[in-house]
Amino acid sequence: MSDIALRHRRGSFLLDAQFDLSDAHITALFGPSGAGKSTILAAIAGLLKPDFGHINICGETLLDTERGKFVSPVRRRIGIMFQDLRLFPHLTVEANLFYGWRRARPRPGRETAEQVVELLGLSPMLARRPRQLSGGERSRVALGRALLMGPRALLLDEPLASLDAARKAEILPYLEKVVRESRIPMIYVSHALDEIARLADRMVVLNGGRVQAEGSLFDVTARLDLFSAGHLIPGTVMRAAVLRHDETHELTEISLGAELLVVPRIARPPGAEIRIRIDAEDVMLSLTRLDTVSANNIVPCMVAGIRENGPHADVQLRLRDAQMVARITRRSLERLALREGIAVFAVIKSVTVGGRE
Amino acid sequence: MEGGILSPAELQALLLSLRVAIVAVVVDLPFAFCAALLLARGSFRGKWLVDGIIHLPLVLPPVALGYLLLILFGTRAPIGSFLLAWFGFRFVFSWTGAALASAILTFPFQVRAIRLSLEAQEVGLSEAAGTLGATPLDRLFSLHLPLALPGVVAGAITAFAACLGEFGAIITFVSNIPGETRTIPLAIYTAIQTPGGENAAARLAALSIALALTGLVLADIVTRRMRAAFR
Repeated sequence: MSDIALRHRRGSFLLDAQFDLSDAHITALFGPSGAGKSTILAAIAGLLKPDFGHINICGETLLDTERGKFVSPVRRRIGIMFQDLRLFPHLTVEANLFYGWRRARPRPGRETAEQVVELLGLSPMLARRPRQLSGGERSRVALGRALLMGPRALLLDEPLASLDAARKAEILPYLEKVVRESRIPMIYVSHALDEIARLADRMVVLNGGRVQAEGSLFDVTARLDLFSAGHLIPGTVMRAAVLRHDETHELTEISLGAELLVVPRIARPPGAEIRIRIDAEDVMLSLTRLDTVSANNIVPCMVAGIRENGPHADVQLRLRDAQMVARITRRSLERLALREGIAVFAVIKSVTVGGRE
Repeated sequence: MEGGILSPAELQALLLSLRVAIVAVVVDLPFAFCAALLLARGSFRGKWLVDGIIHLPLVLPPVALGYLLLILFGTRAPIGSFLLAWFGFRFVFSWTGAALASAILTFPFQVRAIRLSLEAQEVGLSEAAGTLGATPLDRLFSLHLPLALPGVVAGAITAFAACLGEFGAIITFVSNIPGETRTIPLAIYTAIQTPGGENAAARLAALSIALALTGLVLADIVTRRMRAAFR
């Protein structure tokens, strides 16, 4: 278990945040710019000395202001993939990758190191220099360099923010592989819910230097208060499983708890666990079961909460084994006379599997 | 060149000039790097004073510097007599004195070039190297020094070219001795003073202009190549 508590004032900005990281899991740090995400990362890496706080990573105390303990960044073994990558321009890809590995104590085995190089597909470019690489390749080198130092934790600072959609799609599978294979806590800073939906397990929502929500990705994304405050792009992430493929219609049936959903054919075998995201704006509500509508996915559920916000009303829906949110207009809310506890049918227009690409 | 364009005395002046310049530049380099590092990265009280002292030779009249060196390093002067008594070494009337004067006068050129290339380095790279386990000393050799190389080379070449033109400090400090302290500028001066020496003066002047130009062009090419390689 790792836990972090920080208090740091700079000018009028006060960071006062406390949250846990679970080992071998990836925690998304989510929030608007200026929420304090970078300050937290800098403090964990040791690049910033906070006024007060403590940082424990996997039982190792890296900072404890009460006891005057501050481990220097050189000896922290925190791997960072910087947003601006910070590759060394005068060194080859190989020298960049092994820069931390050479200095690491304990040093990961040569074989482990070569596996990482292989995993990230970097073998063909070892002799090149960073300027001779594409943007996506450079990102992979930065990720590899951080992994090869054998870090006790990995910090990913908006690793995809500077890439276009095509490059993002190129890097995401590598990130997913790393996430699957790593046994260390990771922090993923981002304000793109689709990336978080694909990669993270836990989520910490920051705003104005404070933690607004902390918990499993599935719980946090279904919370109405975060929606209305405008911090979350409205969308719920849920766990589902592949049931069977309908080859004639090129569709796949998936189960969301006791409910059955249909999505365009996906390349996963029956029984496979998948993650789906349903945007609140893609959910319509109906008081009766509609048979004369084109949508395939109509799910009975119960209104669990309503939050009105400008022209919108966000409606929290409880399914038998999951929850999600629908964003309708306030006028519809009044017309249908929706209130907590009544049964409705959710008409789901679109389901994104594994996040949007 | 032998027996052709240059007379033996002129060739001697050329070789002496090169020797003085090379020694001055090489001896300066480590000090210049440290001074540049101090000015680029250090923050301490009195930094403006250190900065001023390092750049003083740029505005100091060379003759005044030569005179100053003479009072310090003359054989009966405090430092000079000590060096002579303990090491049997003297700067005055020797080419080493010419190298010392040149080194002091061209020191700011090297410091400036190295400092600029250090200041141009992103702090982020150093931070990244730190999180990867590199200590400050390790970073100096694995990161800052290699990245500053274009500046080091450019500064060295500029200083070298400037050394070749040094006159006032040398003639004041170590006099004008053929084969020992008579570098090209001093040889030009001597030739002009000698009746019928106009041809020799012209040849030597052309030679020093060619050397200076070559140096500057070389500095430009080298830095451009290196900068391109590091991008």
